[in-house]
Amino acid sequence: MINKNAKILLEVRDLTATVAGVAILKGINLTVRAGEVHAIMGPNGSGKSTFAKVLAGHPAYSVSGGEVLYQGKDLFALSSDERARAGMFLGFQYPVEIPGVTNSAFLRLAYNTVQVPRGKDDLDPLEFDDLVREKMKLLEMDPGFLSRSINDGFSGGEKKRNEILQMALLEPVLALLDETDSGLDIDALRVVAGGINKLLNADNACVLVTHYQRLLNYITPDHVHVMSAGRIIKSGDKALALQLEERGYDWLLDDKKAGATA
Amino acid sequence: MSVHVTKPASHPYVALLLAGSAAVPASPATWLNTRRAAALERANALSVPTTRDEEWRFTDLTPLTKVQFQPVSAAADVAASDIAAYVVPEAAVRLTFIDGIYVPALSVRGKLPAGITVELLGDALKTQAALIEPHLAKLAVGEHDLFTALNTAYLQQGVFVHAAKNTAFKQPIHLLFVATRKGAAAHPRCLVVAESGSECCVIEDYVALGEETCLTNAVTEVAVAPNASVRHIKLQRENNAAFHISNCAVTLAKDARYLAHAVTFGARLSRNNLTVTQQGEGAHAQMDGIALIGGRQLADTHTLMDHTQPHGTCEQVHKTIVGGGAHAVFNGKVFVREGAQQTDSSQQSHNLLLSDKAHVDTKPQLEIFADDVKCAHGATVGQIDAENLFYLLSRGLPEAQARNLLTYAFGAEIIDRIPVPSLVAQLEKNVMARTEGGV
Repeated sequence: MINKNAKILLEVRDLTATVAGVAILKGINLTVRAGEVHAIMGPNGSGKSTFAKVLAGHPAYSVSGGEVLYQGKDLFALSSDERARAGMFLGFQYPVEIPGVTNSAFLRLAYNTVQVPRGKDDLDPLEFDDLVREKMKLLEMDPGFLSRSINDGFSGGEKKRNEILQMALLEPVLALLDETDSGLDIDALRVVAGGINKLLNADNACVLVTHYQRLLNYITPDHVHVMSAGRIIKSGDKALALQLEERGYDWLLDDKKAGATA
Repeated sequence: MSVHVTKPASHPYVALLLAGSAAVPASPATWLNTRRAAALERANALSVPTTRDEEWRFTDLTPLTKVQFQPVSAAADVAASDIAAYVVPEAAVRLTFIDGIYVPALSVRGKLPAGITVELLGDALKTQAALIEPHLAKLAVGEHDLFTALNTAYLQQGVFVHAAKNTAFKQPIHLLFVATRKGAAAHPRCLVVAESGSECCVIEDYVALGEETCLTNAVTEVAVAPNASVRHIKLQRENNAAFHISNCAVTLAKDARYLAHAVTFGARLSRNNLTVTQQGEGAHAQMDGIALIGGRQLADTHTLMDHTQPHGTCEQVHKTIVGGGAHAVFNGKVFVREGAQQTDSSQQSHNLLLSDKAHVDTKPQLEIFADDVKCAHGATVGQIDAENLFYLLSRGLPEAQARNLLTYAFGAEIIDRIPVPSLVAQLEKNVMARTEGGV
């Protein structure tokens, strides 16, 4: 929902970033206010996943220019874990598997680490079990996933549900969801998208990185941005996503070329 | 190790070790006296291995030879409360040895079901020699191994575990060996005999009280008869001044099963030799190992899986977590002899280095002489995975905590497979404490 007076949660100005010396982001500008849902779309290799990872502080990427203010403060002054404790959440495109740590122990540790400083009670395993089972219902997840190791042997869809379960527990201020729809069949997509919708409210915001329109059939974006070659080349409302679904990305890339030569 | 020309007490350190011992009284079993005498002769003929010996390339025993050790004749005064942390409530019986001496007051010997025997070796030799004679000092011979030969030469204190035909007993049998006294040398000996169709679980647990320099030279023999199953949990949690050498020899008859869990946390220098010989068709071995070391510790594990018959299977996973300036060694031999067709043997060696000075030498050694077999092996040496670390950071965990959790997880994968909950809890606590302390 767009409210022009809502608090600005994220302000990205001329952000550039490199990986192994190669420029991937070449000047990104984006403003995200509380209550908004942004979709970042674009062809493979356009830099949209990199953008999400840079915001979360992935160590493979170096910020080479520009600035990002998160709730009015310099984002890059915070380490990855500090960003997470300050309410930023990255839903991974490829969540890692960590054998040897049970999902429930991990989820509780993350919950207590992030939520206790915000004033919630430190939950013991029994108290946490009640909470997490409640949240799992939202995603129609089998409680059996609690006793397994983190993402170990989970299917692609199960991993994505587990990501959104973490979002539900950590209640982020700004959720960056990187290709959450990939690996989900149509029923799972409906459930996961429904879960995300329930978590969004007037005080938080969500940036969806996605290749396809289909996620946006369930989560209506307020703003749609198209990235290409490390820049946002077009922004619009939800109609833009539908246009992309119909026409692909080529017309935009052609427009841009035409514009550049004009 | 190389065999040197036989001369009485050829090696000065061996002579010293032998000279320090009280004479072992003769046993009424003449066969045992013969085997001891032969072992003594071997010990006299062998020298302390050096890094020029292929089997000891990475493990320098020089620090051992700088300490004079002697067997002790009376147990030190240890209270029950001193060993309380090591109690395993699930265990049916606990035999406790202090510096190699059996201490009844610290042991728990409840009534065991018919067919299950847990006795001191000396007592068992008086009444059940016929069950012991085919195995003792037969499985672990020590032809070329000084430490096995020394253990047999000193053979006096030890444990005999016997499971009679078709007796299944899952409750663990806890053998607790406590090192306490400076310069004490203990030569514990265990013999486990599982008759056909039987099942048992033995915990061999080596711990230390205090920080004195001790030597444990353990030998364990495990004979698993057709269709029998033995679970063998070996824990080494001695102090960081200790020297720990252990040799374990296992024979598997037709369709026998042997499940090993070896956990190494302690000792300045430790060497674990585990040799499993598949003597019958269709036998199965599982060999799990984890070493977690730091500081200036050295932990060396040498295993040999010898498939001599068809349809044998073996799954081996050995992991090390190495911090500080510590050094881990793994040598895993898998032999598939001619005729051992349809063998399915796998070996994994995974090593986690926590510091720039940590060091690991891992060497898979497969020798295959049959043509219809499946043998897989893999070895990895690495640091904490950057993607895994980022994942935990992105969930708010501070970096030190995230690293500890990943280190813990690496070891927990092995520890969690030990089916004794209180032991898993104890070991996990040990791992957590050590990873938090930077190992």
